[in-house]
Amino acid sequence: MIKSIEELKQIRDKYKDVLQNREAEENKIRILVGMATCGIAAGARDTINAIVDEVHKENINNAVVVQTGCMGFCYAEPTVEVRFPGKSPVLYGKVDAERGREIVRRHVKNGEVISEWVLKG
Amino acid sequence: MPLRMELLVCGGTGCQASNSSRVLEVLREGIQEANLQEEVRVLMTGCFGFCEKGPIVKVMPDNIFYVEVDEESARKIVREHVIKGRIVEEKIYKEPETEERLPEQSSIPFYKKQIRIALRNCGKIDPENINEYIASDGYMALARVLTEMTPEEVIDAVKRSGLRGRGGGGFPTGLKWEATRKSKSDVKYIICNADEGDPGAFMDRSILEGDPHSVLEGMAIAGYAIGAQFGYIYVRAEYPLAIHRLRIAISQAREMGLLGKNILGTNFSFDVEIKIGAGAFICGEETALINSIEGGRGEPTVKPPYPAQVGLWKKPTNINNVETFANVPPIILNGAEWFSSIGTEKSKGTKVFALAGKVNNVGLVEVPMGITLREIIYDLGGGIKGGKKFKAVQTGGPSGGCIPAEHLDTPIDYDTLNALGSMMGSGGMIVMDEDDCMVNIAKFYLEFSCDESCGRCTACRVGNKRMLEILNKITEGKGEMEDLEMLKELAETVKDSSLCGLGQTSPNPVLSTMKFFYDEYLAHVKDKSCPAGVCTELLKYYIIPEKCVGCTACAKVCPVNVIHGEPRKVHVIDREGCIKCGECYRTCRFGAITRK
Ligand SMILES: Cc1cc2nc3c(=O)[nH]c(=O)nc-3n(C[C@H](O)[C@H](O)[C@H](O)COP(=O)(O)O)c2cc1C
Ligand code: SF4
Ligand code: SF4
Ligand code: FES
Ligand code: FES
Repeated sequence: MIKSIEELKQIRDKYKDVLQNREAEENKIRILVGMATCGIAAGARDTINAIVDEVHKENINNAVVVQTGCMGFCYAEPTVEVRFPGKSPVLYGKVDAERGREIVRRHVKNGEVISEWVLKG
Repeated sequence: MPLRMELLVCGGTGCQASNSSRVLEVLREGIQEANLQEEVRVLMTGCFGFCEKGPIVKVMPDNIFYVEVDEESARKIVREHVIKGRIVEEKIYKEPETEERLPEQSSIPFYKKQIRIALRNCGKIDPENINEYIASDGYMALARVLTEMTPEEVIDAVKRSGLRGRGGGGFPTGLKWEATRKSKSDVKYIICNADEGDPGAFMDRSILEGDPHSVLEGMAIAGYAIGAQFGYIYVRAEYPLAIHRLRIAISQAREMGLLGKNILGTNFSFDVEIKIGAGAFICGEETALINSIEGGRGEPTVKPPYPAQVGLWKKPTNINNVETFANVPPIILNGAEWFSSIGTEKSKGTKVFALAGKVNNVGLVEVPMGITLREIIYDLGGGIKGGKKFKAVQTGGPSGGCIPAEHLDTPIDYDTLNALGSMMGSGGMIVMDEDDCMVNIAKFYLEFSCDESCGRCTACRVGNKRMLEILNKITEGKGEMEDLEMLKELAETVKDSSLCGLGQTSPNPVLSTMKFFYDEYLAHVKDKSCPAGVCTELLKYYIIPEKCVGCTACAKVCPVNVIHGEPRKVHVIDREGCIKCGECYRTCRFGAITRK
């Protein structure tokens, strides 16, 4: 039973996250995780889940996490690409769960490119 | 484990008919097998509008739009896309002209010029889960109305928005609410008209299936504005899925306290009941609908008094269409000015159309008022199928008319369509090409009106039938010039002396085709020919000597043996005895037989 407008807002905010993923806004930051066979073998699934989790934790709502096929850097899997709208993409190599979280915190949130992990940018 | 991917499977009537429920199961099974069920979720949404290309599956946040997904390709989507991030190319929409694959919904021309207000949540949320509606600001408009606005302020906002009834007539919604508010009575009612009887229309069904709460919220706001505590939704029995989703929505809203007593802790109470209609077209007319809810015969009664004064159980009643109600919550939340900034001077906001007929893309589109017919047909609809020539577009169903090519650039709204002798109606839009016979089209709609007339008024009952007899005569090649005059005279009489909207508008298809396509009527009457080659009785079969190779196939199939000729020499048809069965036309492999 919802008894007040505040309670209604609480429910709205609780489920808002889920719907965020369904907004296909062009001007969102896209975080692409390579999930081809090579990526999965190298642990890309842990990476992507860590990234999704970190995006939630940091309350970042202008970014989406998308998996993608092989990016052709099998030696450096898991690979993660960060695309800010209107900027050239930055590709990171050998991104494990921990690096993934750090990329979210430093690059996605604060705009700092972590150059030592960059494959090409 | 956080959720990182969602697969939205269309659960509208169209896609369910092409087995989307099974697609959903296959996707779920596949995801379970890959042990991804905690990261990837499959859910069922309402209609995306692109029903002809169904079943639709949309993957988010990747924003990939799959069309015509069957079991086989559902498995592939799990294997390739969900597990490996590789798009399944062959299930991406292919632009018919450029043959380009367009993976994102927003880049598909069909969606480009759409503005989705009434359909805002269709294809986006799970209609059976009230939390998803709430998450997209659902019931916030009701909350605002109950806590911050007086009923007069609500009515004023709706008036200023310029919203007009989407059920056909286009009456200003705010004025109707005001009239019902001003009627003095302890009990008043809200009715939602979901009878949707126009052949080809399914916008109301899609809204009810895809976003039932938007309609309930709109009704509750109307209830607060006019001072009603109870509402009925009159929906046709042919809409079982809409009824099912409505029932779920009503019971969830009651559980949450968003319907029922003391909504959101205020002293406003409002509840809703579903009434199932037998599906007669005339029951969509508001007074007939009220009679039908009361258990009487579904026949119209004379207005005035209007339902706003004397309605259901003789109480003041406000009746609006499904799409009208669905527009109300966004108007409250985003403001009247936002809504009135969309559209034309006298028709604000958007309209949902069911685009059908000879266009490449058919389905539901929601477009701003003032868009041109050309934009809808050529940009959204992707042009005429098979590169044929456009002839006319029918709007407004049996109450509307046919609009020819020279008016394609008209910005459409209630008033421009009326001026062209057609109507907005409920939003049916059927595109016709050179192969459609306009006399035959007029006959089709008139047959519908004849069948659906309740028979109360003589003009409508007898007049429409007489008109139909004349059209039958004309399409059989027995028409005379006097018939055309008679037809016009009858049409005017039926229009002027019928009691309800059915009779008052049923001659429109005849009048508009006579106005814009008189030459086709003349061809039928004077030359006894049907230029589009539709009216079988008028067809004449010829063999084109240059193309005939004398294979004798036609002569062998002719049931009355009127095709003569030597093998390997040109054949001829003796038209005297020809019974116009069309067998020879279908049989010839050399395209040597034509009919005109
Ligand atoms: C023959 C006939 C059939 C109608 N059928 C419908 C219908 O199926 N749905 C509808 O909303 N309005 C229908 N109407 C219009 C209703 O009488 C009424 O004007 C409308 O429901 C009012 O709602 P609105 O102002 O929101 O459009 C019909 C009218 C006539 C004359
Ligand atoms: S089938 Fe065609 S080509 Fe053959 S004889 Fe008949 S008209 Fe001529
Ligand atoms: S239309 Fe039928 S009856 Fe006429 S010529 Fe062809 S096959 Fe014979
Ligand atoms: S029913 Fe699926 S797109 Fe309309
Ligand atoms: S049934 Fe309404 S005018 Fe004939």
